[in-house]
Amino acid sequence: MPFLQLSGLTKRFGDVVAVEDFSLAVEKGEFVSLLGPSGCGKTTTLQMIAGFEQPTSGHIMLNGRHLEEVPARNRGLGIVFQTYALFPHMTVEENVAFGLEMRGIDKKERARKVAGALELVQLAHLAKRYPRAMSGGQRQRVALARALVIEPELLLLDEPLSNLDAKLREEMQLELRRIQQEAGVTTLLVTHDQNEAMALSDRVAVMHHGRLMQQETPFHVYENPKSSFISTFLGKTNSLTATLKTTNDEGSALVCNGMELAGPPAHLRPGPITVSLRPERIEIVEAGEAVVSGPVIERIFLGDQWLFRIETPIGPLLVVRRNRGQREPEHGETVHLAWTPHHLRLLPKEDEAA
Amino acid sequence: MTRRSRSRPWILSAPALLLFLVLLLVPLAMTFILSFHSFSFYGGITPTFSLENYIEVLSDGYFYEIFGRTFAIALATTLICAAIGLPQAYFLSRMHPFWRSVMLLVVLGPLLISVVVRTLGWAILLGNKGVINDALRDLGLITSPIRMMYTSGGIVLALVHVMVPFMILAIWAALQRTDPATESAAESLGARPWTIFRRIVLPQAMPGILSGSLIVFSLSASAFATPAILGGRRVKVVSTTVYDEFLNTLNWPLGAAIAMLLLVSVLAIMVGWNRLVERRFAGVFE
Repeated sequence: MPFLQLSGLTKRFGDVVAVEDFSLAVEKGEFVSLLGPSGCGKTTTLQMIAGFEQPTSGHIMLNGRHLEEVPARNRGLGIVFQTYALFPHMTVEENVAFGLEMRGIDKKERARKVAGALELVQLAHLAKRYPRAMSGGQRQRVALARALVIEPELLLLDEPLSNLDAKLREEMQLELRRIQQEAGVTTLLVTHDQNEAMALSDRVAVMHHGRLMQQETPFHVYENPKSSFISTFLGKTNSLTATLKTTNDEGSALVCNGMELAGPPAHLRPGPITVSLRPERIEIVEAGEAVVSGPVIERIFLGDQWLFRIETPIGPLLVVRRNRGQREPEHGETVHLAWTPHHLRLLPKEDEAA
Repeated sequence: MTRRSRSRPWILSAPALLLFLVLLLVPLAMTFILSFHSFSFYGGITPTFSLENYIEVLSDGYFYEIFGRTFAIALATTLICAAIGLPQAYFLSRMHPFWRSVMLLVVLGPLLISVVVRTLGWAILLGNKGVINDALRDLGLITSPIRMMYTSGGIVLALVHVMVPFMILAIWAALQRTDPATESAAESLGARPWTIFRRIVLPQAMPGILSGSLIVFSLSASAFATPAILGGRRVKVVSTTVYDEFLNTLNWPLGAAIAMLLLVSVLAIMVGWNRLVERRFAGVFE
């Protein structure tokens, strides 16, 4: 039996279905991310686990006990809120001690645990500060210490890094992962940031329109997205509309904008499909080896890499190249592109509604 | 900055400053000077300079009683307003935006009606032959009427009705700045609803309660219409005493001295209160 088991979780607000038939299993000590665009139901799912929302139907089991009927205050979960929700009228120390106090832990033990938690997030020197005198990153750590000090069975993180600036966010990602592993706590992260989800989690669960689309390791989801929504949501990709002609164990044959292309074997019926091709899998080659050719219409320098947009017969293609200090094609220059067929991902054509 | 642009703010605010000067500072200064003059029944007011009016007030137990009653009424009004205003402001801040604006209108509505009219309404309710007493007697709950008119309790009741919107607005403004997620956070850490209110909501509402108290206390201590109508000549407060000195006894200098003492004592209480609040919450709130 998994440590945390969500089965058939559904939440309706009147006619609006926020979460539909959501099932997920999380093992002890695992770090799982709920990833999806805003309004996909990920926050509602977190709220139901936390006990702030009552599920319309479905079950939540944690460590063998049902949580649905347990009030939020008795669930014993550690929660880090998007706004951190620190108590502004209490010092860092008092903030962290609050949960222990509610559990009736005596003063000496409390002080010892608070010191330990602040040590873990490297804020021991700021114990007497008030939250408003701290930076965003420090507040984030206090929120984390406050959630962890009660030794929760499950740690819930609600967009914890979205209020930090880009550089700090990267630092905090590493820090968050270290703290989570040191504390060894089972963690569920809700985020709309694919980088955050991929960097932090053992497993990513992608949500869309209140439904679970795919749950696998970040590498798997990135490499083998199940739908074109996932392929565009996780990382950059070239999404092409194509027609699948034939497919067998060896490979498949596609037609894209009147051009014939070779693809990997697909478990799809012949007909219209979506093809996803990651920009970093496209190579610039000599004219003789080219699959398609065309002029550079956009050229963006990103420091560690170059981003090109190239007009080709099968549509504009995004190409990413690592910056190794060599000469790169100029704007307007014709380049020749190639890729190995097994880098193409053949996906069912999405309904307009989905 | 050039000289021209430096003088511009002064020029622009001159009309308001002038109004302020003529309508507030001048009468205040004249009242202050008046309070040192002397008065006799046959000679009227003579422009002398002496402290006799102040000495008269400060050496007479009668005036101490009036000042004591005034501040007791103001304090009771403030406490009751805080007790009513806090939960009401809390509900307001957690309401759906549409209903919140409707309810804010309901809260502010009474301010659109003259205090005199509202207080006369209270007189109709509270009198010995008033609505409340009649109803209680008809129900057989009492045999002789409960005296509510011309009591301090009656004044407090009506003052609370007048002042409570100010308290609600002040607390609501403070609660607007708080993060509702702090309550969820406390709940997830194991706090019961009452504990959340006492430990999380109340302290965050405190700046609002304190500034609301400041407004309500000073307005109640200097209120005139409500104590004049509901207290009559029997339950005197400072402002009605001043009125009587000016218009009945015609002893303007004594009235002026009492008015100055009220001003100074209310100011002293407000400044002291503010100091206390700032010291207590300086580290916590912006």
